Amino acid sequence: MNKEGKVYKFGDNVDTDVIIPARYLNTQDEKELASYCMIDIDSTFASRVKVGDIIVAGSNFGCGSSREHAPISIKASGVSVVIAKTFARIFYRNAINIGLAILECEEASEKINDGDIITTDLSSGKITNITRNECYFAEPFPAFVQNIISCNGYINSIKVGLK
Amino acid sequence: MGMTITEKIMAAHAGLASVKPDELIMAKLDIVLGNDITSPVAINEFEKAGFEKVFDNEKIALVMDHFVPCKDIKSAMQVKQVREFSKKHSIKHYYDVGKMGIEHALLPEQGIVKAGDMIIGADSHTCTYGALGAFATGVGSTDMAASMATGESWFKVPHTIKFNLTGKLKPFITGKDVILHIIGMIGVDGARYRAMEFAGEGVHSMSMDDRFTIANMVIEAGAKNGIFPVDDKTRDYMSGRVTAKYNEYSADEDAEYIAEYNINLSEIEYTVAFPHLPENIKTPEKWGIIAIDQVVIGSCTNGRYSDLYNAATVMKGHNLADGVRCIIIPATQEVYKKCMNDGIFDIFIDAGAVISTPTCGPCLGGYMGILADGEKCVATTNRNFVGRMGHAKSEIYLASPAVAAASAILGRLATPEEVK
Repeated sequence: MNKEGKVYKFGDNVDTDVIIPARYLNTQDEKELASYCMIDIDSTFASRVKVGDIIVAGSNFGCGSSREHAPISIKASGVSVVIAKTFARIFYRNAINIGLAILECEEASEKINDGDIITTDLSSGKITNITRNECYFAEPFPAFVQNIISCNGYINSIKVGLK
Repeated sequence: MGMTITEKIMAAHAGLASVKPDELIMAKLDIVLGNDITSPVAINEFEKAGFEKVFDNEKIALVMDHFVPCKDIKSAMQVKQVREFSKKHSIKHYYDVGKMGIEHALLPEQGIVKAGDMIIGADSHTCTYGALGAFATGVGSTDMAASMATGESWFKVPHTIKFNLTGKLKPFITGKDVILHIIGMIGVDGARYRAMEFAGEGVHSMSMDDRFTIANMVIEAGAKNGIFPVDDKTRDYMSGRVTAKYNEYSADEDAEYIAEYNINLSEIEYTVAFPHLPENIKTPEKWGIIAIDQVVIGSCTNGRYSDLYNAATVMKGHNLADGVRCIIIPATQEVYKKCMNDGIFDIFIDAGAVISTPTCGPCLGGYMGILADGEKCVATTNRNFVGRMGHAKSEIYLASPAVAAASAILGRLATPEEVK
């Protein structure tokens, strides 16, 4: 599955409080959460991001709280994949569980710039920077994790498996 | 090869003789925890999956603590959803207004978590229970939903970093200073995916409240869990609270650690994390003059009795500085009552502080003390991220209760010794 989109670039230690501040955690509505996505780090992000766009960040992306609202707001905002040098562990697990595609790749994190157009292939881990004509390689997920993401989350993948 | 404390608890709950780092295991859980923010999402997932029954109605704890007493209609709807779910499934450990406290102070106090347990919670500070010699880690709502149905979860066995503690803390230096010092030393991702094991004679000199504070903030270094050995202080704490049998695990002599650090507790100074990361620590000689608008003393990190006692000792007989607001939040009803009976509240109220019902409220910028543009707050909480307690241009300085109390009196970041 190839995903192409425009890059929104962020730095290190993007925490779940700036992804979705707790003042908006009184709802579980995905669209409402998406409308506040990244508000405390880039207040224009939610209005600018388009379906298929891609977040590229530095190390320890998603550190802080365990709120699943954070990956939910990113996914519902239309972002197709998040690429980072590293992810904080609770966010990493939550992203997979709710079916948000993520890739860990140090080279991509360093070389991709804001506004670049890139494509990602989750099955191979290949990241192609169309703007700069470069390729980077992330470790692809094992098949069962790719299945969770393609089923749109862990619970859905269980239901699909039971059918 | 020997095992660490974390590896022993994981092996025991996976039904294995031994485990090693990076091994994937399926483990049985003693407690599955959620709060009023994470449980509604988990309940939706639980019901979406078509699960009809919880695995054990005595092994699920649902604590309404983040936005209660409810701050608005939406939060009231969320708590209503959890209340109805708890009733439907006869959840034994459901805590609502009147009985609730901040979850990570409440569960140990009520004896719901104990040494040797394997615990997950849909709250990142679930790692607090490591102070009791339990494995406890934070997860998201989907994992919570699945575990409420199955009573188990999968884990990757973490590598363990060992912290050898020697010496003894100086007066008014507490677990908060220790853990901020450690986070400053290893960074906010210095223990990412790792277990942090605390060992050495220095551990035994520290109170349980100090240990809870330290274990509580290991997530701020990215850790999966923090863990302490069980000693007489742990047993004394559990005595009268824990009625079930508990298991004590200790690390083997030949356990393998991915890294080791030596820390002399007697060398730890007052330590404050400046905006906007917990690793951005400074000791008093580097504080400069930081004028403040608000002080918050409470939270799952520092809302226990000894925390409030320390703050009151510093604040006794003084008034808050002009223009400073001070919000005191006992973490549980038990802490509240003890503070009230011991006259500690009189000290706070006479100084000009306010006392709140237990709540996570201001720590996560929910309510009950939100910061405006440009305001500075000294808080005994655990995170000083951008916008954490309110406006994206406000600033949070993380400190111990004694430093927070001194700062409230002097109107600037200050040490207890500066209060005459």
